[in-house]
Amino acid sequence: MTTLLDVQDITLRFGGVTAINSVGFDVQEGELFSIIGPNGAGKTSIFNTISQVYRPQEGDIKWKGESIMGQRPDKVAELGIARTFQNIELFPQMTVIDNLLLGRHIRMKSSWLAGAMWFGAAKKEEMANRRRVEDIVDFLEIESWRKSPVALLPYGIQKRVELGRALAMEPELLLLDEPVAGMNQEETEDMARFILDIRHELGIAMIMVEHDMGLVMDIADRVMVLDFGQRIAIGTPDVVQKDPAVIAAYLGSEFA
Amino acid sequence: MAYRRPLLRTAYEQDAAILPTWFQRVAFFLLVFTFGLAALGAPFLSGIPSFFLGNTWINPITNMLPLGIAALGFMILVGVTGQVSIGHAFFMGVGAYVAVSLGGTGDGGWKACVPFHDEVGLLETAGQCGMGLPMWIWLPAAGIGATLMGILVSPAAVKVRGLYLAIATIGLIFIGLHLGRMLPEYAGDFESGRKWPKLQFKFWQEETPLVDMTSDGKWFGLIHLTEEQKQFFFLFTLLLIFGVITKNIVRSRTGRALQAIRDRDIAAEVMGVPEFKYKLIGFAISSFYAGIGGALFASYNGRVAPIQWSLFLSVDFIAILLIGGAGTIAGTMLGLIFVELTPEVVKKFTEWLGDQVGGGGLVGWFADVLLTQGPGDFGPISLTPAAPGWPMSVFLWNFVIFGVLIVVFMIFEPQGLYGIWVRIRNYWKGWPFSY
Repeated sequence: MTTLLDVQDITLRFGGVTAINSVGFDVQEGELFSIIGPNGAGKTSIFNTISQVYRPQEGDIKWKGESIMGQRPDKVAELGIARTFQNIELFPQMTVIDNLLLGRHIRMKSSWLAGAMWFGAAKKEEMANRRRVEDIVDFLEIESWRKSPVALLPYGIQKRVELGRALAMEPELLLLDEPVAGMNQEETEDMARFILDIRHELGIAMIMVEHDMGLVMDIADRVMVLDFGQRIAIGTPDVVQKDPAVIAAYLGSEFA
Repeated sequence: MAYRRPLLRTAYEQDAAILPTWFQRVAFFLLVFTFGLAALGAPFLSGIPSFFLGNTWINPITNMLPLGIAALGFMILVGVTGQVSIGHAFFMGVGAYVAVSLGGTGDGGWKACVPFHDEVGLLETAGQCGMGLPMWIWLPAAGIGATLMGILVSPAAVKVRGLYLAIATIGLIFIGLHLGRMLPEYAGDFESGRKWPKLQFKFWQEETPLVDMTSDGKWFGLIHLTEEQKQFFFLFTLLLIFGVITKNIVRSRTGRALQAIRDRDIAAEVMGVPEFKYKLIGFAISSFYAGIGGALFASYNGRVAPIQWSLFLSVDFIAILLIGGAGTIAGTMLGLIFVELTPEVVKKFTEWLGDQVGGGGLVGWFADVLLTQGPGDFGPISLTPAAPGWPMSVFLWNFVIFGVLIVVFMIFEPQGLYGIWVRIRNYWKGWPFSY
């Protein structure tokens, strides 16, 4: 196993607030890594530093051994890091197919001029990618919603489309920000199955931020626990569950 | 013929077609043929009431076509990329002036550009100021000139969003108007401007043009057309070409990236769409359309004056987009027809009513009530062109009707004319059920 992502003691400050305080971890190829912690612990901020929406003041983030610090977010996406968002960030006025095709943007090459001419290279590329997107539609079982604008879709389906858009980017690392937030039992189980399928069939490494402890403990290989921007534990689910610092953070120090 | 399921797709190409449904294809070709036949003055159309079709219609309709090209560019910037810009008229002006300096008839290039006052006292730039280059140079150059200006402006525009961008781009209009006032030897008189070269094709500066659109005669040795008809068909073809290009941009990779920027710019960046690059592309494409549209508009009108490129023109485009329905080509065209032809319909209708006064019957009575015949008559419409106060002239009524319509659309159908069409379509799709 090789190390895909190596986060080396990053610190992120907003003025006087230290959102992430010297947190480090690594993600191996094909691993399902999970980040948990109470609200405001800095989980989403870690995602935002990985995709370089936020620039950490200290530390380094290495992708396959090379630093990605200071890269633009779209360059990070091109390297093979895709993500979903906690509050769905689909393009609401575009259809499901268009959202997925937008995910293919970095894998397509046609310039705006070729697009304006359409016939020839642009059309060929468009059709090839449309076919590729159909595989994802099939994989996520969203056939009947293909042509709906995503703003009209139910929440659970929107979450699935967002996962599809990230998959369309053909990533090597997928950042999932609360994939089952606000879902009922059945939808949660569906999503868990998709996550496991992605792992087994596509072999994509994942970092998952999630509050659903049952899901995290069931499917994650390793878990990192954050509290107030600090890493308080890291390890396999059963080790983390018994960690006194984790119990103190979640249940209070008298239970530890 | 075997029964086919409607909208059954068997290839991805069908999904991405310009006119994906049978109905759209039929409607589109009917529309094109109607416009074409109306321009030719087809005999079977003459049965329609005289205020609706007739020779007087070809001028307002042709005048609408260059504005349509510019409106498509505005749609790409505002409707697709989501950048509300009010500087569109400025870019049209840039295109027009690039074109006039390249295509203006004359032998002396820049040196002949000496202003003088003609017999009616208008500031004239000799009509000789320009390089006298043919259309195949000045038309693309107008687009490229405006594009360069758009690229120059866009780094600043990328930094501001939403309403702030709209306000910032108003500044462009005032810069343009100011330059127009400051440089009369180049821009011509502020109100009346300078003369325009003719719409005609030449290889180079030869005497007889290859295709002439400024006189009646046979076209390509095939069909006898008047000057107006030639100009109509030329501009109509150009509008169709630009319509297809617009559709191609929207349905390809670039168009999706632009829409993504419109919907959520930060998410788009994380998905690998560089925000700066695509906002710049949006500005550049829209300015190109504006430049071409501006050059053709001024060329058709035979004048190019600084006052044409004012805030009113930009507001016209906003009205076109709001009334037609933002973000779609069909909506833009509907809005264009509505905004540009409503004043003409009102004018023609009142002219027609004027002829009916005293004609008896219901129409005569109606005309008598609406039109004012002189002192003591309380009809709301005055046929005297420049009558201030009540009763208002047709010219002023146009403003009132226009304003009321915009308010009504915003309240009852924010999706515009296109939204009305979508509702009708969905009603018939589901008929006899509600959904």
